[in-house]
Amino acid sequence: MIAILDYGAGNLTSVRLAFERLGAGAQVVTKAEEASRADRLIFPGVGSAKSGMEGLCGRGFDRVLREAFAAGKPILAICLGMQMLLERSEEDGGVAGLGLVPGSVVEFAFPAEERVKVPHMGWNAVHVPHPHPVFEGIPDNTAFYFVHSFYAAPTNPQDTAGETEYAGKHFTSAVARGSLIGTQFHPERSGAAGLALLKNFLAWDGKSCC
Amino acid sequence: MLLNRLIVCLDVRNGRVTKGVKFAGNVDVGDPVELAEQYSRDGVDELVFYDITASAEHRSIDIKMVEETAKRVFIPFSVGGGISSVEDMRMALLAGADKVSLNSLAVLHPEVLHEGALAFGRQCVVLGLDAKRVPVTPEIPSGYEVVIRGGRQPMGMDAVAWAKRAVELGAGEICLNAIDTDGVRQGYELTITRMISDAVNVPVIASGGAGTVQHLADAFTQGHASAALVASMVHSGEYTCSGIKHDLARMGIPVRL
Repeated sequence: MIAILDYGAGNLTSVRLAFERLGAGAQVVTKAEEASRADRLIFPGVGSAKSGMEGLCGRGFDRVLREAFAAGKPILAICLGMQMLLERSEEDGGVAGLGLVPGSVVEFAFPAEERVKVPHMGWNAVHVPHPHPVFEGIPDNTAFYFVHSFYAAPTNPQDTAGETEYAGKHFTSAVARGSLIGTQFHPERSGAAGLALLKNFLAWDGKSCC
Repeated sequence: MLLNRLIVCLDVRNGRVTKGVKFAGNVDVGDPVELAEQYSRDGVDELVFYDITASAEHRSIDIKMVEETAKRVFIPFSVGGGISSVEDMRMALLAGADKVSLNSLAVLHPEVLHEGALAFGRQCVVLGLDAKRVPVTPEIPSGYEVVIRGGRQPMGMDAVAWAKRAVELGAGEICLNAIDTDGVRQGYELTITRMISDAVNVPVIASGGAGTVQHLADAFTQGHASAALVASMVHSGEYTCSGIKHDLARMGIPVRL
């Protein structure tokens, strides 16, 4: 069973429909017991880090994610979900994350005179620095759809599975560690490339490549 | 590098996509969901649906259409028309829309921008801003006035000032439609597009007036728009989304190919 974690952080419709389109019935779950029975977990999220972590822990999903990670179950974290994998976020005055990936989440900061729009919203290229099964068959620098103001800064460069440039700033747009893959972009909103990534995730055994 | 977006607008009237000139004289283009799927396959970056008869008929947006679209299209899309409350916004978003466009409602009840941003995040809240060129006055220093109800009602508000206020309230993006150029395919109103884009830190979509690929290029380079919206160019069959994007790329405008 594939479980989509519903912890009150945003709309899960498009994620659910994308898996439906791929012929994989992913179930939206609100209880930790249901989630822990799943073979793979989808950890989406839109909104702020503080309310996200509160919702996540309030439903016991933090424990489910830790156990799934330890057991090597494939986990796909999207957007805010991906940000919550790190140790801490500077959003909302500082919030502790799950700490499954060492590093922090920081805000885009550009000099005012550069007039850079934040959030970073739209399609942008993702460079894949080292091969990962979920990016298999997707050409390097394929564009995916982003909407975010904060980004992950993992401590270990090998945890970066995707890199993107915005207004001169290079940031981590995907993280990978063990059976965990996290994308800052929205594969469920990234057309054919996004569906290809989700399909790869469904086929992935959770073992990192190479 | 963040890519410039091509957006196709689908005006839906009684369940069919139509295209009008200056908000009048509509011709039938096709089924909204089929067209959405077709444009998505052809490489459009985003879609906008306006249920243009919803408000006049005092009903909310066609949720069935939103649901059907969400099942078949996996790129971002926004909906507008017939949204009269935060509850309507919630329905549209839960049906699978990514964003909701608020136009007349936001002008008449600006608090809805704030409430919408609070409930769903500002990335879901698009301000639809219809602007009309007028003589410069102390009340309207930009020379562009906000109009509502499809251009029929001038509001005595400056378009740039309203854009700034709307962003402060919670709008996460602005779709700027120039009434004077809408549907006449002589190019976007670059002046007001640039004024607003430079005045706010959220993306601005240029809308109204695209007739050639050069017009789109101008919206990005001169209008400082983040996205360009087209309707008749592609509905008429004269252009394809992929063709437009390849031409833009040849002109040196970064787009998703």
